[in-house]
Amino acid sequence: LSTAAETTTVRAPARPASRSVRLRKSPFGRVLFRLPFWLLVAAIFVYALFPFYWAVRSAFMPENELFATPIKYWPSNPTLQNFRDALSTDFFRKALLNSTIVAGSVTLISLAIGSLAAYALGRFRFRGKSAVMYLMLSMTIFPQIAILGALYTMISDFHLYDKLAALILTYLIFTLPFTVWVLTSFMRTLPGDLEEAAYVDGATPLQVFWKVLLPLIAPGLVTTGLLAFIAAWNEYLYAVSFIQSPGHYTVPIAITSFVGKSGNAFQVPWGQIMAATVIVTLPLIAATLILQRRILAGLTAGAVKG
Amino acid sequence: MNSVATPAQVPRRRRRRSKLQARQTRTAWLLLVPALAAVAFVAIYPLGKTVYQSFTNEQFLQGVTPTKWVGLDNYFGAAGIIHDTVFKNAIIETIKFTVITVSFEFALGLIIALVVNSKFKGRGLMRAVMLVPWAIPTVVAAKMWQWMLDDTYGVINDLAMKLHIISHPHAWIADPSTALASVSAVDIWKTTPFVALLLLAGLQVIPQDLYEAAAVDGANAFQQFMRITVPLLLPAILVTLIFRTLDALRVFDVFAVFFGNRPDTQTMAIYAQSTIVGDGNVGYGAAISVAIFLIIAIFVVIYVTFIRVTES
Repeated sequence: LSTAAETTTVRAPARPASRSVRLRKSPFGRVLFRLPFWLLVAAIFVYALFPFYWAVRSAFMPENELFATPIKYWPSNPTLQNFRDALSTDFFRKALLNSTIVAGSVTLISLAIGSLAAYALGRFRFRGKSAVMYLMLSMTIFPQIAILGALYTMISDFHLYDKLAALILTYLIFTLPFTVWVLTSFMRTLPGDLEEAAYVDGATPLQVFWKVLLPLIAPGLVTTGLLAFIAAWNEYLYAVSFIQSPGHYTVPIAITSFVGKSGNAFQVPWGQIMAATVIVTLPLIAATLILQRRILAGLTAGAVKG
Repeated sequence: MNSVATPAQVPRRRRRRSKLQARQTRTAWLLLVPALAAVAFVAIYPLGKTVYQSFTNEQFLQGVTPTKWVGLDNYFGAAGIIHDTVFKNAIIETIKFTVITVSFEFALGLIIALVVNSKFKGRGLMRAVMLVPWAIPTVVAAKMWQWMLDDTYGVINDLAMKLHIISHPHAWIADPSTALASVSAVDIWKTTPFVALLLLAGLQVIPQDLYEAAAVDGANAFQQFMRITVPLLLPAILVTLIFRTLDALRVFDVFAVFFGNRPDTQTMAIYAQSTIVGDGNVGYGAAISVAIFLIIAIFVVIYVTFIRVTES
């Protein structure tokens, strides 16, 4: 598809200039031949963004407009009421804080433990290294549901049920192996000279790690950290299994817990829900767009689930 | 170890090197201790414990029934998972979902990857846009689609009626015949761009001069695609398919948001979760978990064998 367009321009001079080639080279022809391609680009663009646009449109719509037919594609009387309602819901406000605490702690712990492990795996030669690498790789595809029963009883034995600590602990299952794997690939790409120079000067391995390597892989830490943060922010299975009281909800549970106001309990408050979805996704989208290039590098290095 | 009579230089250097090697090994393992301890504690020990629990009748509220060893009863007993029709339906439902979503995501993802791989103005923007669905939490994406699929005020019904695809509004999620298609739509929307990005990474390492050489030899675009793109992209395709399949087999979030644990639309993960947490039936739920683990392992083995065969 893509290559066809590029190679024809290479091939064209070799052939006698037929009428179709002349047409293709004229400004009008160029537009005509590229038209299907641009339509495809536009279709992909709309497909990727439309659901998010729809959430934004619904978030800004007053209720009487939202629940009316025929439906409108653009809010004619935009309002912030839905955002106010969502943010005045107690469990949603707490959920924003809870999710930040959980995802933030998990990310920091994973980065701290993971970068030490990546230092060992990326910069040392030792027996059993490939076994550890295989272990970490197999952990990244580990189905979390497979250990739910055991974690459920462990968490209640440790009196962590309905506490955020339960989530911080269990989320390490998917953030840590991934962090180790990606940071190891970053560690491997560093040149050895600086490290050797530091050793010659009598630095200990930990000093080398802290003063030389860590600053060098800082971009890798940011990428991996963001990916771990997003994974923890989005997690639902463990959250819904280990958390019970509304005060400890994380964002995904909160999003599914909005109910209609009294007097209108059967009407799902879609305006509020959409406002809440916009609030929780906007920071993620912003961070993703800013760190786009690095995320792509990290994703392809880790090649793991989203 | 070495006698004094041996030529001094070689052994000493070797000994020094092996001493350095030993120190390196020790340091490396020390650095690995926290990570390995964490993995052992949150993954390996629970996995062993789950297997053990699957041989018992453990209930979450202990004291109601004392936990005792029941051997293979949870698997092959009269009320074991082998006779469990709910679980059987959950397996079928999950595999249907997996086949539908993975094939759509792969086909659409490949098209998108090929488009974005060609040079055009706005390509960077396009790539950024593709990350948007990926960054949205699955639960949030499910809510967004649930609203779009609403039977009265949903935009999908409105568009489908304007395009004369349907004549009256349809209850996409409630109707069992379109329920699976509805959840699949969410997953396909959220994950296709990600699949495209993985395939794109594979496309970008294919050297451009291969295409130029093929063009000189008179190969048309389709021949170039089949003879150059497909074989060279195969490793990326296989890795992508493996990750997507494993991910789809453990699907939970979208189904939970759309259906709760409605019996006709349970996945394996939904059934296990509701058995363990909803019913507190930890022993039996553990047996289901082990079965899920084995089913996923079978898929891994199939894929790995396939990769080995294609490589040789």
